[in-house]
Amino acid sequence: MALTREQIAQRVAQELQDGFYVNLGIGIPTLVANFVPEDIEVMLQSENGLLGMGQFPTEETIDADLINAGKQTVTMATGASIFDSAESFAMIRGGHVDLTVLGAFEVDTQGNIASYMIPGKLIKGMGGAMDLVAGADNIIVTMTHASKHGVSKLLDQCTLPLTGKGCIKRVLTDLAFIEIKEGKFHLLERAPGVSVEEIIRLTEGDLVVPASVPEMLV
Amino acid sequence: MAGFDKVVSSYQEAMAGLNDNMTVIAGGFGLCGIPENLISEIKRKKTQGLTIVSNNCGVDDFGLGLLLQDRQIKKIIASYVGENAEFERQMMAGELEVELTPQGTLAEKMRAGGAGIPAFYTATGYGTPVAEGKEERVFNGRHYILEPAITGDFAIVKAWKADRYGNLVFRKTARNFNPMAATAGKITVVEVEEIVEPGELDPDQIHTPGIYVNRLILGSFEKRIEQRTVRDA
Repeated sequence: MALTREQIAQRVAQELQDGFYVNLGIGIPTLVANFVPEDIEVMLQSENGLLGMGQFPTEETIDADLINAGKQTVTMATGASIFDSAESFAMIRGGHVDLTVLGAFEVDTQGNIASYMIPGKLIKGMGGAMDLVAGADNIIVTMTHASKHGVSKLLDQCTLPLTGKGCIKRVLTDLAFIEIKEGKFHLLERAPGVSVEEIIRLTEGDLVVPASVPEMLV
Repeated sequence: MAGFDKVVSSYQEAMAGLNDNMTVIAGGFGLCGIPENLISEIKRKKTQGLTIVSNNCGVDDFGLGLLLQDRQIKKIIASYVGENAEFERQMMAGELEVELTPQGTLAEKMRAGGAGIPAFYTATGYGTPVAEGKEERVFNGRHYILEPAITGDFAIVKAWKADRYGNLVFRKTARNFNPMAATAGKITVVEVEEIVEPGELDPDQIHTPGIYVNRLILGSFEKRIEQRTVRDA
């Protein structure tokens, strides 16, 4: 079975380490915060100027001046700090964030990522995504492996305008955990119950498949 | 003698001198920390042909979205337009010129503009449409693009508290782009929730020194919330 959104978040959360500063993008990445293992401490960076993002507020504690990058009302964790947007992106661009998790429309075997617009159809804007992919070394892209119509999003070459060039090394889809190196996708893990054949069928770019592919633990 | 007293008493006075075809830099992220009354004043003035520099463009019926409704904006430089249907419609129809700019680059463009730095190199956007037409250079084996700074004829800013000299304190994530915007306007106008006497703010706690501020006005704010998300108590 393909992973649910929650299971994707759960698998990403296994990559968190104690003491990590982490930036989570909008959508599935945001859900990762719900699966932080209890025995470690991580601090969430929100690029609108908050390090140490807490949970959602209650009706009583809601504050219009305290939001995350998805414009949702949030709270501050103990030990949080507030700063302006230039400072926030100094952290990001300067490589101080330990892990970045963000979504995408397409990735390719060269580590390119497209996530901010579909010409003629959808214009959202890149927000902080271009800065994040250019500034971070440790990035996990979360996305669905293929469209509803079975069209692969893991390509030989991205077709949409790029968000970043040659910057993606790890992709977690609803079907597989994949590493990008030396111009190829490498299959690391598969979702429980998903066959290697299905992953091969839905991966357009070159895919290296080892003799045995473990199932993810989710 | 006004000295360093920056306080003005009306929004009309606050935005005096804003003319057609000027560039306005606005603080705020989404609807958080936006200079909502200064935007309303621009709407009231019906100033046309504006270039707006702001991370977002509000929502359809609040914030900078109000200026889109009235077609007062010729061009916008922003990073994210995802929540604004009218923005997307005008952009797709070619009625609005849009320069999509990465968020960190946008913040740095304002910072550099205010700091007298004409341009800077960044890896952000290399190899993407953002890099088109820009100088590229390699430092230590990495590719960078040259991004020009931004200054505005006006900067409009929302702060929490100020003294009469225009020293500013922001509150929580309503700070966002406001401090950079404040530095980058030829005329910087700030609206705040409270004005105190000089000396009442702790100099160590001031986020933006009054030197950047030209006009200061006391406002009252709706502070609309874009995504009201709560947990059970």
